[in-house]
Amino acid sequence: MKYVIIGNSAAAVGCVEGIRKVDGEGEILLISSEPHHTYSRPLISYLLMGKTDSERMKYRPEGFYERNACKTMLGRAVTKISPDSKKITLDDGSEVSYDKLMVATGSSPFIPPIAGYDKVKNKTTFMSLDDAKELESMLTTDSDVMILGAGLIGLKCAECLIGKVKSITVVDMAPRILPSILDADGAAIVQKHLEKCGVKFILEDSSSEFSENSAKLKSGKTVKFDALVMAVGVRPNISLVSECGGKVNKGVYTDEKCATSIKDIYAGGDCSESFDSALGDVRILALLPNAYMQGLTAGTNMAGGEAVYDKAIPMNAIGFCGLHIITAGVYEGDAYIKTDGENYKALFCKDNMLKGFILIGDVARAGIYTSLIREKTPLNTLDFELIKDKPQLMAFARKERKSRLGEEV
Amino acid sequence: MKRVYVNEEWCLGCHLCEYYCAFANSHVNDMAKALKGKEIHPNIRIEEKGDISFAVSCRHCKDPLCVKSCISGALSIDDGVVRINRDKCVGCYTCVLVCPYGAILPSPSGVMQKCELCVENEGGMPNCVMHCPNSAIVFEER
Ligand SMILES: Cc1cc2nc3c(=O)[nH]c(=O)nc-3n(C[C@H](O)[C@H](O)[C@H](O)COP(=O)(O)OP(=O)(O)OC[C@H]3O[C@@H](n4cnc5c(N)ncnc54)[C@H](O)[C@@H]3O)c2cc1C
Repeated sequence: MKYVIIGNSAAAVGCVEGIRKVDGEGEILLISSEPHHTYSRPLISYLLMGKTDSERMKYRPEGFYERNACKTMLGRAVTKISPDSKKITLDDGSEVSYDKLMVATGSSPFIPPIAGYDKVKNKTTFMSLDDAKELESMLTTDSDVMILGAGLIGLKCAECLIGKVKSITVVDMAPRILPSILDADGAAIVQKHLEKCGVKFILEDSSSEFSENSAKLKSGKTVKFDALVMAVGVRPNISLVSECGGKVNKGVYTDEKCATSIKDIYAGGDCSESFDSALGDVRILALLPNAYMQGLTAGTNMAGGEAVYDKAIPMNAIGFCGLHIITAGVYEGDAYIKTDGENYKALFCKDNMLKGFILIGDVARAGIYTSLIREKTPLNTLDFELIKDKPQLMAFARKERKSRLGEEV
Repeated sequence: MKRVYVNEEWCLGCHLCEYYCAFANSHVNDMAKALKGKEIHPNIRIEEKGDISFAVSCRHCKDPLCVKSCISGALSIDDGVVRINRDKCVGCYTCVLVCPYGAILPSPSGVMQKCELCVENEGGMPNCVMHCPNSAIVFEER
């Protein structure tokens, strides 16, 4: 059996580990355009803060490929999949055959067409180790930095530049920051905190034109910068699958086994869609845990084992300068909200289930809430007053506690 | 594999497990020196309400969500024990987001801490188990 994996990040690593759980013998070849040993993509901001280094941020330790008898071709891109002959084509035109193929190509930054963008000399996206190093090389303590996009990536970039540069200005079209995970009240708390840390925000506005060192905004304002970071969003890398006839919607279509619509081709991670069990519909869940678990599921099935991935939900843990935010699920149904201006808690309940939550500040033991969403625990089996107060096992019935704490899990 | 199991009917709510855990993980030989006058940060924590109390620490799940979700590769399984490499951990809280038991906690330094069954400290029995006065916490195969 010959397994070929395209990609070298969370979904690809999950796939290798899934295959090796079942098949210790088959040949694995991993091909990826980034030339590095597998690293944790989210840690690029921690790298610039000095909280990790290129050694410690490896997603799997040195020796990972050897231990898993996994051959690699790093720094090489796959340009085509030919499902009929079961071959892929590489950037130099050479071909490689496969029995089972994994597409773990992730996503690419989206660059909106804005006039004058090519005139900007110091610009980068914030998606990769190379991006992070490039950004660092552009900056001095005197730099003014403009970040376009107040989403997770833009704000993690902002956080890691605090104290390193003269000014950081974040511009976003949306009326609030982190719109994909926060409601308006929660967003206001986090924004205030980031402002206290020195980040400036211009919201409900966007760049209409760039010159070498400044952006003209739709409102008429001008933002001067020495370096520009584009962080308006990501697009799944679907072209390899769509061009060879595989089904794609926004991302690559996959079933519960993480198989695509083409025989012997699997996909997972940011390039693919998952069934969001809290929403009850498919969507792209561009999150590292999700990528790993899809990869693990795909790998297990590719090697002839049995695995399904059916409990995906959106979930995020993110923090800025000591303020932690944990969110999960969908924000539908009756809302229970509690805040003291600094800490914030919103629980969303519908059909006797917890559907979603937002915690800012006090996030202790949030996973107890996450598991209520994932497991669709009927709320009438719990002491709801206790669970509203804080995540705690005390809220479960005695029998349930006994099995959770007294049995192998 | 041997794990820590808790029987709430026998728990007195004395919190000794918390002190013995903090002591074992302080790597100081003298209990008074390690704990006296200090805020403790144990890996095992008592939940209590009225006359019910019980200790909660890492369950060392067979298929741990925290390990699968860890974004930095700091969590791993070593002979069934869920271990944390605190050098690699950056304190992103993804494990707090996913642990169904609320058993992974931030440490004062900002990176996470969790029960590792005292594999590094005692070699045999976890310290919380060894010193539980009413055998409400046990270390056994189930
Ligand atoms: C700054 C930042 C912070 C983040 N923070 C978090 C966080 O806190 N929590 C969280 O859950 N998620 C976070 N994410 C998202 C997380 O990084 C992704 O969900 C995760 O990396 C997805 O993994 P993946 O394996 O699907 O793909 P990717 O990590 O995108 O990797 C895909 C790989 O495939 C390679 N590739 C693509 N096309 C080809 C080709 N044709 N041929 C060969 N190789 C190819 C690429 O070079 C790349 O190396 C963050 C992302 C960024 C950028």
